[in-house]
Formats: sequence, C-alpha cells, structure tokens
Amino acid sequence: MLKSPGPRLDPNKANTHILPEFEYLAPRTVEEAVELLSKYGEEAKVLAGGTDLLVRMKQGVLRPKYLISINRIKELNYIEDRGDHVAIGAATKLRALERSGLIKELFPALHEAVESMAGVQIRNMGTIGGNLCNASPAADTAPPLLVFEAEVVIAGPNGRRVVPITQFFIGPGKTVMARNELLVEVRVPKPVKPTGSAFMKIARVAMDLAKVNIAVALRMNGNVVEDVKVALGSVAPTPMRAYRTEEFLKGKELTEDVMWEAAKIVRTEVKPITDIRSTAEYRREVSGVILVDALKKAMERLGR
Amino acid sequence: MGTRLINFKLNGRPVSIEVKDNELLINVLRDRLGVLSPKYGCGIGECGACTVLLDGEPVLSCLTLAVEVDGREITTVEGLAKDGKLHPVQEAFVEEGAIQCGYCTPGFILVAKRLLEEEKNPSEERIREYVRGNLCRCTGYVNIIKAIKRAAEKISGGKA
Repeated sequence: MLKSPGPRLDPNKANTHILPEFEYLAPRTVEEAVELLSKYGEEAKVLAGGTDLLVRMKQGVLRPKYLISINRIKELNYIEDRGDHVAIGAATKLRALERSGLIKELFPALHEAVESMAGVQIRNMGTIGGNLCNASPAADTAPPLLVFEAEVVIAGPNGRRVVPITQFFIGPGKTVMARNELLVEVRVPKPVKPTGSAFMKIARVAMDLAKVNIAVALRMNGNVVEDVKVALGSVAPTPMRAYRTEEFLKGKELTEDVMWEAAKIVRTEVKPITDIRSTAEYRREVSGVILVDALKKAMERLGR
Repeated sequence: MGTRLINFKLNGRPVSIEVKDNELLINVLRDRLGVLSPKYGCGIGECGACTVLLDGEPVLSCLTLAVEVDGREITTVEGLAKDGKLHPVQEAFVEEGAIQCGYCTPGFILVAKRLLEEEKNPSEERIREYVRGNLCRCTGYVNIIKAIKRAAEKISGGKA
C-alpha cells in the first residue's frame, strides 16, 4: 500500500517576503539583554544571525513584538583557549569557528560540522548560540558538542549557570532555558588523550539540512576501543547520544563485523520520524551506515 | 514601531537614512537607495541572489535588518568597477559568457570576489563548494566556474 508522501507545507505559513512589525532593541551588555528578556518575556525573541528567526517571521510562524538583538554585545563574540577547554562566545559566527585553527586542530568533528552548514553567506551570519538555541533536531553543531561533552553557560536574572550540553535539549525547538535567560558561552573540554573525531551527514543537496547527521569521538588502546562517544541528529526529537552503541563498542576490537553489529544497535536507539526531508525507515537504515563510516574516519584520524 | 537614523558606507560613500525597525537591508538598498543589483529571490536564505558584502564578507541582504548595518560597510557589484574599469571577476564573467538571465550574477560575483581574496588559486571542487549558497536558475554553472577560474588567473597576474 502506498503511504502518503509526508506532511506538506502549510499554505498559511507561506513565505510573504515581508517582515511583520516589531520593536528592535539592541542592548550593549548581557545584563541589559537579560533585563529586557525578563521585561518582555513571551513577547520577545533574541535576534542573533537571523537566518532562522527572520525566515520564520516571514512565514508568519513567529510574530514577536520585540526583537532583542545581541549583535551589539561585544563580550559574546570570541574563541578562547582556556587551558583545559576552549570557550566560544554564543554570538560567535559559524564562519569564525570554521576558520579557527584551534577548533580545526582540537575538534575536527566540530570544524567539519560547521563547514558542512548551508552556504558561506549563512555561515557569515549564523551563530553557534543560534544554532543551539533553535534546538532543531537537525542542528549540525549539536552532535560534535555532544561527543566532546561540552557545557553551555546560561545567563539569567540571578546570575549564570552551567549546563552540560547532554541536558540542554528537551524537545524539538525546546531547551532547558527559561524565557528570561540568554545563552552566553559554549565550553568544549580539550581531549586529554589522543582522540579521533569525525562528523558526517546525509542531506539531499549541499545546502540542505541533514536527513541524518552523526559525530563520533574515539579513543583507542592498541586495537581496542578505550572510549567512544556517538551522537546523532535528525533521528529523534532532540540531538541524541547513542549510549547503548557506545557501551557495546567499548573494550572491543574495531573490526568490520563489530562495527556492523554496532550499526544494528544504533538503529534500535534512534527514534526517527517521517518528514519533508526523509522517511523514518530511511533514517533508521542509514543511521547504521553513517555510524560505520564515521567510525572508520575517526580511526583514520588516529592514524590507524 | 520605531524608526531610527542609521549611518553606513555604501560602495565607499557615506549614507545616512531613516529606517523602520522591520525594514530589510535589501528593501532599503533597492527601493530607497536605487541599488538594484541585489535581487529579492527566495527570501529564506536558499538562493543567494540578495548577497551583498558586509565589511567584506558575503551576507544575505534579505535576512539582514537595515538597523543592524549601522556603522558598517556595504559593497554591491555597483561598487566594484574602478575608474570605469570592471573588476577582474566581472570581466571574467563577461568573457566566459557566465551570464544568462543575469538574476543570480551579482551574488555570484561578490562571493567569487571574496573567495579569490581568501585563496589565490582555488581548485574546481573548492570553487563549487564556496558558491553552493548561490543558485543559478538558468543552470549556467559550468561557465560560472570557468569564469571564477579565469578571474583567479587574472588576479594572480597570469593571463590578462
């Protein structure tokens, strides 16, 4: 029996090419921004790169009364080596991450993820904080940050709190952040031992969002997996770690058979849906394939 | 909704203009300043026809609020020719016949200009990767890639 081709675009959400009216606010400090968020709550949206927010406003999906631009807050834009971790300001452009030698050297999977995103124009506009706060299950920066066990720093009226990225996403478009909180920093711990990492994605064309994306971070002791982290996107309500797959791989020799066995496990861990970009069946199937490919690439990076 | 006065440089000349909070850069450029090279194509960041350079970097003017360019510098293809002579990337596009209907051309030229500032001699793969945010609905990609290669040769002082 033929199944329906999946959800169609809602005609009520057609792109109007016109931005609805709003009031533009441009705080100069994080504290000012948090104050404005506290004051306007549900009626306000944070504007960073605008590449998602303004699109959704043109489509009439979002109609905020206030846009709080964080682009004039200088203290949110940096990539800093802090010894045991690298700190990235939330409003740092994707392009800055792509061009950072530090990121490329320490976190190849994050570098690859950013490089794979959209076109150069969007990467000049979009920010790492925006990509995370949108909380799209397909966010390309999420799987690498999940395998590197990054933390995010969130500012609110009562100060700052640090949240592991593994606890940050709670549903499609939803994070643990309250309405009056602002993401200010991403901290990525440096690997303590030689780690091979890789990011891969399957998308229809180069500009598209992922049908499935994956990051792995792999540590080997001889031929045996000492530690491995696996994270996937676009296959569950949030970007997800594949803990059972990780547990299975630990302590095993990474043979072809073992990797394909792991592929079977990851297919049971993902919880994909059918949408305009792909079917659940396809996503489940290729999650396994892309896992094997990513493991091989990570091994190569370790010089094996 | 408020309006505010913004100041920015457009193709080297200072501009001072009152804009509405929800006004997009592309509308200010096209409708109020007469700069018609950026095109309002898809409106959602897929086509690249509205590309302009913001402080030298390609961005989408249809997803940029005009208020956000206050104090910055915008370049469009109107600002590329010097003393009546086209920029090498523009020349190369003409010479290779890389222009069909012309709608996407300004975006491609600006992105190509930025690529060639970053890399003197990019490979074909690199060129294709770099222009992936620009669509040519006439599908004239072959000549566009040829033109960018030719521009690279011109700029690095090879063939004139």
